[in-house]
Amino acid sequence: MQHFYFDHNATTPVAPEVLETAMSCLSQVYGNASSIHHFGQAAKQKLEAARRQVAALIHASPAEVVFTSGGTEADNLAILGVVRAPSRPQAHLITSAIEHSAVLATAAQLEREGVAVTHLPVSAAGTVNPDDLRRALRPETVLVSIMHANNELGTVQPIADIARIAHEAGVPLHVDGVQALGKIAVDVDSLAVDLYSMSGHKLYAPKGVGALYVRKGTRLAPTTFGGHHERDRRPGTENVPGIAALGAAAELAGRTLTAESERLAALRDRLEASVLDRISGAGINGARWNRTPNTSNIYFDGVDGEAMVIALDLRGFAVSTGSACSSGAITPSHVLIALGLSADRARSSLRFSLGRSNTAEQVDALADALAASVTHLRRISVHA
Amino acid sequence: MSGGVDSSTVAALLVRQGHKIVGMTMQLWNQRRLPELVPETAGHGRCCSLDDVYDARRVAEQVGIPYYVVNFEKQFEEQVVQPFVEEYLAGRTPIPCTLCNNYIKFDRFLEMADAVGAHYIATGHYARVRYDEPTGRYQLLRARDESKDQTYFLFGLTQKQLARTLFPLGEMVKTEVRELARAMDLSVADKGDSQEICFVPNGDYAAFMSAYLKDKGIAPQATRGAIVTTDGRTIGEHEGVHHFTVGQRRGLGIAAREPLYVISTDPETQRVVVGGNDDLLRGRFIARRVNWISIEGVTAPVRAQVKIRNKHAAAPATVQATADPTCVEVVFEDAQRAVTPGQGAVFYDGDLVLGGGWIG
Repeated sequence: MQHFYFDHNATTPVAPEVLETAMSCLSQVYGNASSIHHFGQAAKQKLEAARRQVAALIHASPAEVVFTSGGTEADNLAILGVVRAPSRPQAHLITSAIEHSAVLATAAQLEREGVAVTHLPVSAAGTVNPDDLRRALRPETVLVSIMHANNELGTVQPIADIARIAHEAGVPLHVDGVQALGKIAVDVDSLAVDLYSMSGHKLYAPKGVGALYVRKGTRLAPTTFGGHHERDRRPGTENVPGIAALGAAAELAGRTLTAESERLAALRDRLEASVLDRISGAGINGARWNRTPNTSNIYFDGVDGEAMVIALDLRGFAVSTGSACSSGAITPSHVLIALGLSADRARSSLRFSLGRSNTAEQVDALADALAASVTHLRRISVHA
Repeated sequence: MSGGVDSSTVAALLVRQGHKIVGMTMQLWNQRRLPELVPETAGHGRCCSLDDVYDARRVAEQVGIPYYVVNFEKQFEEQVVQPFVEEYLAGRTPIPCTLCNNYIKFDRFLEMADAVGAHYIATGHYARVRYDEPTGRYQLLRARDESKDQTYFLFGLTQKQLARTLFPLGEMVKTEVRELARAMDLSVADKGDSQEICFVPNGDYAAFMSAYLKDKGIAPQATRGAIVTTDGRTIGEHEGVHHFTVGQRRGLGIAAREPLYVISTDPETQRVVVGGNDDLLRGRFIARRVNWISIEGVTAPVRAQVKIRNKHAAAPATVQATADPTCVEVVFEDAQRAVTPGQGAVFYDGDLVLGGGWIG
């Protein structure tokens, strides 16, 4: 049976040119980038070339890019690093209700350590109201952390407005950009962000590599301790093959972003039009404007999302119920609940995230499978 | 697929027989929910542990079938755990496995089977199902391996459920199952059997109840009460009726010449009545909410062997109709020890399960 992949927000396949970079690095460039000799220098060159490539994608300067093991570590480093940088008797962190768990769980840990945390609500469209941020700011606020694009909905937050308000209060802004990078244009200067998290495997690079943009002058304490790597911000011998792959992926994304965004948005619209046309009791969660071009979150009333994911998988279509880590999740998606959806409707929702491999034929086949599955599930289901 | 040897062998057997199989594990209870109950060193035998899911996934990979974990935690808590706690607080001794079979394993799970287009569900239960042409009914029969027979917990199954259920281990004894698992090189072939009630660590249900009530924010009621003899003398105190079950001897904390047993508990007055072994004997009782399996019901009295708890050897009795069609009266030939409210009463005719109800 053929399997089609519609879960690119969970992870992406490694792009062929990225794979080539990683493989040649793995097989030939084995030096430690900190070593003085020829072998170390070769590794260092790869490392710094990748840093330039990643910086170019977000319009940063290379010295502002810190490589990490992935998006989660980047989020942790940004939030813990800023909040703990100077020791204060009181500290306050502002984030949103729809962040990824890498941000929410880090905030929860800080809360246990005595830091006050405010979670800004979102509208039914899925966006933070900048006025809410203005009201939430306090004299002791040390950081605002808001995601760029939401992983479940694709909705894009008004980052430039948020940055302006935070900066007026003298507070730095961290943005989790894991789901935006490569899908929409990112310019850390025009957005005026101070920290920006990135993940390799959402960008057609391998798992296990990511980066954090840290604007020059931002106070950031290390959260792990060791050698002097990454300008004393992230110790540990650099994962050169992974980092080189991330660099290649960043370059590829920069080259293809405009055309690929248009193509994916057209496919996404084709899927939504087909679903809404053919399936009653279905609708889009969150705003249809201002979202990443590849993501669609759709509810199917009266259908159990978990059963639907399994039924579709057995038909060869990989989709998800929300964030990928759902195998122990009894509680419906915190993102959909924050939008104001009922628990039932949240449990009846599926996320479709398109990517480079998807074609119009695949999208049409998916729409067929969805129509058939929804009909079947509604016929047999007594719960849901 | 629980990750144990039985359901793993079922999956492997069915694949070998050429069936198209989907493997599923039901996630029923989050062990981290009540962390005070679970020691860091806890081994296997806990339900829904990550280890068990790992084992089930590995077997699915070995036998080459698609595999999914489906989450029924919400239903399990509402339809199994909460009634379990309520029953104990009401002075009865519940059997959560039967509720789980009735409402989760053969109901919610069957719906999931429907959802993915499966015709049957197959489990590792030790029991047999067969279709009886003359009566047009699906019959439930004891397993060939009497020591493993699980029909006591299956008396609530409906005809609709039985029609869709396969018990491939019903004709095998446990040693054969293990041998087969070894022969098929299953990774779980030598894994130990699970014990006790799956969500209650170490069988300590009183500790579970305290932790659960605390988690739910339900204040422990004033459950302290008196221990009295059958003739009304107060001879001690206790911490709550839910610590006691009919027939229990240990944990009374009373020195007496003759061994003392719990005869009954009364949550209204918080009294625990104790007496001698003979006080435990009952000649008859009413079984409620009866479900008929292999027969349609009783009009005239029917001879049967009746089992009143899992480890009870079914005793000869007459099962007769009452004015209430959902209840029957069971009259034993010889009085039986510890007929316990909350337990099931299952009526057998030899290997055949006629039906069963709740002792209440």
